[in-house]
Amino acid sequence: MDRTLTASELIRRPTHPIYRRLGDRVFQVVVVTLGLSIIALALLLAEVLLVEGWEPLRRFGFFGFLTGTTWDPVRGVFGTWPFIVGTLITAVASLALSFLPAIGVAIFSAEYAPRWLASIIDTIVDLLAAVPSVVVGIWGIFVLVPLMQNHVYLPVYYWAFENAPGLLPVLGPPAGYNLVTATIVLALMIVPYTTALARDAIRLVPRSQREAARALGATRWEVMRMAVLPYARGAIVAGAILSFGRAIGETMAVAMLIGNSNTLPFTFFGPAATMPSVIVNEFREAVEDLHLASLMTVGFYLFLISLTVNLIAAWLQRKLAVGGRAL
Amino acid sequence: MAVTAPAAPGTLGRLATVTPENLRRRYRRDRLMIGLLVVATTVVLVPLLIIVWYVVSNGISAVLTADFYTQDLGSPARALQGRPTGLGHTILGTMVVDGLALLIAVPIGVGAGIMLSEYPDHPLNPVLRILNDTLNGMPAILKGLLAFSLIVKPMGTFSGFSGAVALAFVMLPILARATEGVLRIIPWSIREAGLALGLPRWRVVLNTVLPAARVGVVTGILIAFARAAGEAAPLLFTSFGNNFFSSTPLRYLMGPVDTLPARLYSLAISPYKEWHAMGWGAGVILLVLVIVTFVGTRIVTRARHTTDL
Repeated sequence: MDRTLTASELIRRPTHPIYRRLGDRVFQVVVVTLGLSIIALALLLAEVLLVEGWEPLRRFGFFGFLTGTTWDPVRGVFGTWPFIVGTLITAVASLALSFLPAIGVAIFSAEYAPRWLASIIDTIVDLLAAVPSVVVGIWGIFVLVPLMQNHVYLPVYYWAFENAPGLLPVLGPPAGYNLVTATIVLALMIVPYTTALARDAIRLVPRSQREAARALGATRWEVMRMAVLPYARGAIVAGAILSFGRAIGETMAVAMLIGNSNTLPFTFFGPAATMPSVIVNEFREAVEDLHLASLMTVGFYLFLISLTVNLIAAWLQRKLAVGGRAL
Repeated sequence: MAVTAPAAPGTLGRLATVTPENLRRRYRRDRLMIGLLVVATTVVLVPLLIIVWYVVSNGISAVLTADFYTQDLGSPARALQGRPTGLGHTILGTMVVDGLALLIAVPIGVGAGIMLSEYPDHPLNPVLRILNDTLNGMPAILKGLLAFSLIVKPMGTFSGFSGAVALAFVMLPILARATEGVLRIIPWSIREAGLALGLPRWRVVLNTVLPAARVGVVTGILIAFARAAGEAAPLLFTSFGNNFFSSTPLRYLMGPVDTLPARLYSLAISPYKEWHAMGWGAGVILLVLVIVTFVGTRIVTRARHTTDL
């Protein structure tokens, strides 16, 4: 608006009823329309993915497409199961890998570190959460992949070749772009996210909880374990699930590092694919209608999985929060 | 002899039993945990800082040349023959797409935030809140698919405009959430003061609530911008990419246009060494963009703490 009016100006100003009634009405209509557009957008997202991906669903069936293990654009047979497997494996493994370290950083910064150090750690964590996916991806391609290839994948593969041939089918051919690389990078990418959510949850625990435990003679760690962590438990777990949701939807870094293979079974050192990675890698090259529609259908299933994960996180936040405290 | 309290259930019972060995063990565990926490912090922060360091050290040489900002990319042959090449068109395209995305997203996002905070009784608010959070949790690539179906398909061409819409989809839920959050902490007494002076409700919102929450709204905009500016996935099938400066300004909106994240992706997976160097350079620019935005939020937030409180 133009400028802030002083109180006396406002009082002297004769106001026209139209200015009041109509202004309020118009403002409310505008604001509600803007709000409605977000509602419409969310519904539209589901609707568009479903409509655009309708043809594969009709042809293969909801469960047929879900559990179909063949993804063959040449023959025109599509099933999303390999990508669901790839998505879940990378997301679960990266969360398992990053959860404890992330909680460790959160506890250290919220409880142990002196103020100056905590503020440095917090700044770094927040900043790292904002590092774009593609930037992590290019680092993965040119630094992590050669490093892992020379110092982990090849040595382990040679070792297994001579000592434990039974492991070879599980390990797979040592391509640098594989499930393990993608998982490590995913873990690095969700760590700041999990950390930030856990840290905020721990900071919200009332002082009195800590003081009570201290008064009972608890050591610093016992205060954490008995008073702080149980109190913050709900928010921490919900935060971890939100990070899991992030890992599921994480696209670029994974697409650049996972190697892209459409066929099960995936092996540790062999290429694989996730739902977002297959969309990114094939969408621009998809010439046939059914192929394009199938990628939309994969998007629809990705939508359903993300929706489920987010709803579970929201439900846990409410359910496990102590004293109805919503984060 | 040990001082023992009546057996208490659970972990608290152990506190009550104080014997010298017990105490020593507990203190040892306490020190062990501090050690583990320090190790965890190092293990997490060091690799992430290494990533930043690698990007900067590999990309700095590309970024420090003038060609990087003034030339367009052209065909791979140009880089291989050592002719001047750069990402000028990419930087320009990024500014157009990100700027337009902000123009689209800020009014809608802030408006939805106002609806959530200023009309708390509106029957649609619970639905809006749930769907907004849902939208926020959706992978950005799905928003790209949505923009593709809504705009690219009817228009029949990839365009900067569709890219901006896709990025706006990414920004919207963040903006609505952030705006609601900051408007909520403005005390109701301020609104009541405005109403008591005879101000209609819309003047109260626009002239007292929003100015009071100005800093928070700006912070929300910056966060949404930082989040969207790094997204490549939704842009790959909306703004697509382009190796050259567009011939007319209108082409930046209506034709395929290059953006930094999408270009970084295609440079990184290209087979040319010269392009890899430029990819690192694009990474540096993206990092700088994110860091500057981030520092910006810190500065505005700090300014609030020193003046308003």
